[in-house]
Amino acid sequence: MFEEVGTTTEGDIIINVGPQHPATHGVLHLVITLNGETIKKVEPHLGFIHRSIEKMCESLTYRQFIYVTSRMDYLSSHINNHACALCVEKGLQVEVPPRAQVIRVLMDELTRIASHELWWGAMAMDLGAFTPFFHAFRERESINDIMEETCGARLTMNYMVPGGVMQDLHPDFQKRVKEFLQLYKRKIHEYDELVTGNIIFQNRMKGIGYLSPEDAVSYGCSGPAARGSGVSCDIRKVYPYEIYDKLEFDEVLETAGDSFARYMIRLREMQQSIRIIEQLIDNIPDGDFQAKTKAVLKLPKGEFYQRVETARGELGVYIVSEGGTTPYRIKFRSPGFSNLSVLDHIARGSKLGDLVAMMGTLDLVIPDIDR
Amino acid sequence: MLNEALKNKITGLLPTATFEEGGEWLNIQIDPKDWLPFAQQLRNDSDLNFDYLFCLTCIDWKTHLTMVYHLSSTTHRHNIVIKAKLDRDKPEIETVSHIWRTADFHEREVYEMFGVHFLNHPDLRLLILPDGWEGKNPLRKDFEDPINMIKL
Repeated sequence: MFEEVGTTTEGDIIINVGPQHPATHGVLHLVITLNGETIKKVEPHLGFIHRSIEKMCESLTYRQFIYVTSRMDYLSSHINNHACALCVEKGLQVEVPPRAQVIRVLMDELTRIASHELWWGAMAMDLGAFTPFFHAFRERESINDIMEETCGARLTMNYMVPGGVMQDLHPDFQKRVKEFLQLYKRKIHEYDELVTGNIIFQNRMKGIGYLSPEDAVSYGCSGPAARGSGVSCDIRKVYPYEIYDKLEFDEVLETAGDSFARYMIRLREMQQSIRIIEQLIDNIPDGDFQAKTKAVLKLPKGEFYQRVETARGELGVYIVSEGGTTPYRIKFRSPGFSNLSVLDHIARGSKLGDLVAMMGTLDLVIPDIDR
Repeated sequence: MLNEALKNKITGLLPTATFEEGGEWLNIQIDPKDWLPFAQQLRNDSDLNFDYLFCLTCIDWKTHLTMVYHLSSTTHRHNIVIKAKLDRDKPEIETVSHIWRTADFHEREVYEMFGVHFLNHPDLRLLILPDGWEGKNPLRKDFEDPINMIKL
């Protein structure tokens, strides 16, 4: 791939960004054709962290394969596990106890906040501001501590299993979450003061990387990347799962379609997640945290599809079962894969320096793209 | 539209389509030769308006391959699943990357993982696998690779 460095016959420069580059947040390799500083073409080269998760899952049982999926989008590992658990439950037709449902949604929303915190810090760092990263991680750490207490892990939780959750909540869970909510509310204004209101930041974000609603749908964008263009696509709202249809929260939409709109979506989404957590934290029902399921799970012959909303967009889990203990074929429709495919389209014609802002607001997580 | 109404509408558009029972969404089995004009109708018909291709994949059934397209409409909020049976030795189907742009990457993934040739695809190359993997299709059931693959 290195022979691609150089100039084309038309005198355009070809440069490589990545696979080891701080702004690509992982091993993403972009081959960029430049005319001066203007981008003519961006071509992603994927697969540096391809672990063939789909093939692996074909030889893992329905209890085992969920653990692999934490390693796809590692910032939304709870939500990945949740999607798989829901899909298996769909096949088994298991009723999940109310306590487990509430715990799952609480964990999902905490994960969403943690993921958006990391994105916010990293995004500002890409544009040259180092301090926000520490502010973001201050809050994110307290979420990780909460996760660690209950799930025993800080990143790849593997907490959700078919039928419920693996173990009950830690006795301190409610207290710790409320402490976090207080801390978060005390600090949230700093986000706007530090970054959002900053004129240099706004100049680098507004009008950059415009994505029209038609293109967003055609390219299969989902999550904040599509909602920044005004496409209503929050799976929690349009195809509700678990208990989301009983909760009060808004689907955040912006219409500008530029990097700044996508940025604002995520900031406002965190507040909606806070709203959901506040509704649930004092109302966790008593009872079982796991439904009774057989030790060895067998899905009936058929096909099962479950869509959920991760922090990055729509994750689809497609299980084809032949009636055995392992899936015959499993497909993960990852949000990052489709969101990345739009990068070439929105980057053409912009300056090279703006590419980092566009990649930042698409919130690419490479293991999620490569799988 | 509900599944029953969709079924009637689609029978009108493509009389040769057959429907599979079961599943939460309407499953439609089509001949791969009909796919391109049918896809255009699905996208452009205002009652259907399937503008969002949210999943495109393939299944190896050992005797044949099946292409699976999951389509959704962002205006009507209905979903369908299209399936097309392909010959395992010479799998070919028309690309839909100009109708739904997301199909570009997804078809390239299916091309390298299953060896399906998408006719008239603008840029059918390996996407995830490194150079030298042309012709080896890792997600096919008979794929064996003792060096790179660890049996779990």
